[in-house]
Parts: sequence; C-alpha cells; structure tokens
Amino acid sequence: MAEGGYSADEMMTVAAARRLADGDVCLAGIGLPSLAANLARRLHAPECVLVYESGTIGSKPRVPPLSIGDGELADTADAVVSVPEIFNYWLQAGRIDVGFLGAAQIDRHAALNTTVIGPYESPTVRLPGAGGAPEIASSARRVIVVLRHSLRAFVERLDFRTSVPGDGPTAVITDLGVLEAGPGDRELILTAVHQGVAVDDVRAATGWDLRVAPAVDVTPPPATAELDALRAMTA
Amino acid sequence: MAEITTLAEAVAGLVGDGDLVALEGFTHLIPFAAAHEILRQGRRRLTLARMTPDVIYDQMIGMGAAERLIFSWGGNPGVGSLHRLRDAVERGWPVPLALEEHSHAGMANRYVAGASGLPMAVLRGYRGTDLGRVTPTVATVTCPFTGEELTAVPALNPDLTVVHAQQADRQGNVQLWGITGVQREAVLAATRSLVTVEEVVDRLEPRSGSVVLPGWVVTVVAVVPGGAHPSYASGYSTRDNAFYRDWDAISRQRERFTSWMREHVLG
Repeated sequence: MAEGGYSADEMMTVAAARRLADGDVCLAGIGLPSLAANLARRLHAPECVLVYESGTIGSKPRVPPLSIGDGELADTADAVVSVPEIFNYWLQAGRIDVGFLGAAQIDRHAALNTTVIGPYESPTVRLPGAGGAPEIASSARRVIVVLRHSLRAFVERLDFRTSVPGDGPTAVITDLGVLEAGPGDRELILTAVHQGVAVDDVRAATGWDLRVAPAVDVTPPPATAELDALRAMTA
Repeated sequence: MAEITTLAEAVAGLVGDGDLVALEGFTHLIPFAAAHEILRQGRRRLTLARMTPDVIYDQMIGMGAAERLIFSWGGNPGVGSLHRLRDAVERGWPVPLALEEHSHAGMANRYVAGASGLPMAVLRGYRGTDLGRVTPTVATVTCPFTGEELTAVPALNPDLTVVHAQQADRQGNVQLWGITGVQREAVLAATRSLVTVEEVVDRLEPRSGSVVLPGWVVTVVAVVPGGAHPSYASGYSTRDNAFYRDWDAISRQRERFTSWMREHVLG
C-alpha cells in the first residue's frame, strides 16, 4: 500500500479507467486493460461499449472476466459475432474508438513486445505472442497501454516488435505516471506523474532518455468511489 | 450425412501421425475430450493449428504429440504462461516445437480463405511488426484498384478440424451457440471434420446467433457430454476457471505434469 491507503497498481488501474470517455467503443485485452475498462463502466462511463476479441459486442459483465471468452461476456452482450467478423468488420473497418493493451516491453515510440524476451530463435522467455494486439494497435482510433514501469519493461530496444500503434492518440498509463505520444515523431512524453512520484523516479525506471513535458501534471489520487468500485471488482 | 460414432472410433479413423490438425474453439467449446483421445491413441509428429493454444495444446505439446504449432496467442488466459509450450520452445522438451506465428486477425482470415476455397486472404495487418520477418506465411500485396499495400496470408486448410458443439440431430446436423469463434470457418476449411457434441436430439431448435453445420459438411459426430471441460458449453456447463488457475501449478514441473496426464488423461 502506498501512502494514503491505496496501492500503486490501484492508482494505475484508476488512471487508466479515467482515460475512457462515456460512449467510447473499447476493445480491451484480458487482465489489467479489461479490468480498467470495466471499472470505467462502473464509474463515469456507463455507456462505454466493451468489445472482446472472442466476438462479444456490448458486454456488461457483473464480475470481471478471467478470460476474454467467459460465458458472462456472451450472456450480457448486445451481439455475439464470429472471430473473423470481429477483426474484419468491427476492428479493421474502423468501428473501435479505443484499443486497450498490455505488454511485456515497450519502447520510446510505444511499440510493444508480447512475443519473446531474448532472440526469437532461442528465447530466454517465450511470451504468449501477438493475439489481437497488432491490429488493435494499428486500427483503433486511440490506443491506451497499461503496464508497470520498470527498466525491464521500458527498454531502449525491443527484443521483438509485436505491435505498433497507428497515427492516433496514444497514451501509456503506468504505476508511476502517464506518457503520451508527442507530435511529429510520436516519441512518448511524460505528461503526468501520480501523486507522490517524482519525475526522476520515472526517469530511473525508463530505459531511454525520457522526454518530459514542460509542465508535468500530478494525477489526482483515487477517489473513495473509484477505490470502492475497483475493490468490489477484485475482491 | 455425418456418421455418428464413438470418440475412440472417430479419432482412430480420422487422425494420422504427421497430420495438420486444428482443434478450435475460442475459450468456449474447446474440444478437450477429443484431444485426450488423440493422446491416448499415441499420435505423433502432428502439426497443430489453433488461434489460442490454451491448456489443450499445452497438454498435447507436453506429451510430445506435436512437432509444429501454427497459432496466434499461446497463454493461459488471465493466468499466465503455458509452461509446457514454453518448455518445448525454450528447451526442446519433450521434443522440439517449430512455430509459425500470426496475429489473431491473420489466423482468422487464413481460415476464412480456407473455407472460401481461395489461396489467400487479404487484410490490413501486421503493420510495422517483426512478425513478417519471422513468419514466411506473411506477405504484402498491392490492391489493383486503389494501390494500397495490404497484407496477404495463405489459406489454412487442415487435414482435420475438431470442434465441440452443444447438439447434433440424428442425421448429424450440428448446432453450436454462444461464442462460436472461428469454428464454422475451421470446419469448412478442413478436408475432414470431427464434431463432439453434448447430446444428440431428435430435432435442432433454432437459436439466435447459432452456427448450424449441415451434416453433409461434417465427417463424423461423436457424443461426448462434458467434452469441453475445463472449457465450457453454454447452456450445459460453465468455464472451470479454478482448473485453469490450478493448471499453472500442475504444468510447471515436467514430472508433476506427466504424472497428472497419466492419471487423468491416459488412464
């Protein structure tokens, strides 16, 4: 627990949930992204449309799913379509506002690695692979990445480029702060730190020379309602 | 009209060593019982295709049944790694495993091309990634109408596709509903197909959002109630999330995995 009675992970999840606007159509990967998207629906974005790769559109799960194909997601959906249809008609055709992703590694341009640590042909760690992420990253209008900040994750050079965000707004939410793709070369810029975190803390956990916005915001800590909703989901 | 037989007879007649086999089902309706029968019959050198290898292929890979995997996401959803898949890739145990990896969009479209009788599918995918560098079955084509550069992936046509469904009727017509994933495409893309079902009914009641496979596109139907466990069959069972969590510990060590498989699968 951090000072003030909440953990850094809880701050990260709440900060990620705040990035979703009411009415956004959001395709979320399983784990932290799905948890944050479901939290947003319980708070400020009740009309946020949750789409899952398994083919469920408009899912309203009462408990957070363990997998993206839990029966709860289909039973509470507006429509259930095939997997080719989700990727072709809904994602590729531009019907997804927000792609919500996690990653094992990220670089300064928010390219993501979920494939291997080490060389591809003889990896030290074989990760799950691409899944839906390459096309979610390139076809969603906005991309939000959620991952914990560390030198292992924020690397100068990815071991493998699995997914590369498109030209739309890209934000990276970590347990330390918020980074956003800047104009021009789209390099990530630190635009906010969570309360109690110093800019130098973020620099120390980033494996490249981090760009920092002229005025760095401080993320408001989780409100009681946000924490209560999150804890009710994860209890 | 599909033949209705036992699972053991179906697998004996449909699966050969070295075949390209797809066992599909996106989290829902995963044909675990059929995979276990393939293992009991000792099939080897299989090329296994599946979008999400999941625990089902962790078991087959850990038992040394596969020499090649065509896939797009190999994890235990919401839990973590597939330890047997990792052991095969990282250390070649019990046998080395060659990988052909894609994105979900690419795999789904490969089945669509296979089902459509086309040599390839076209999509807007894999942009800027290293997948095209390591996977020979990713290429680019130029649209002859707009000049846009697009990605091409070849059709995937399994020798055999295996799926699990809720119901068949006595003529072997099959109906599945809930999350139906890529099963229609995977069955239609395959040379042969095996559908395990929860039950055989006199008449299939039409259901909203269901996939119906006419009996004449299905090779064999086998009745296997609970055949998707620890996955599930909507209307019959729920996903055994506790088992998926337990699998992490069962599969982490080679010896515990092997003894678990001997006790619960090989029998």
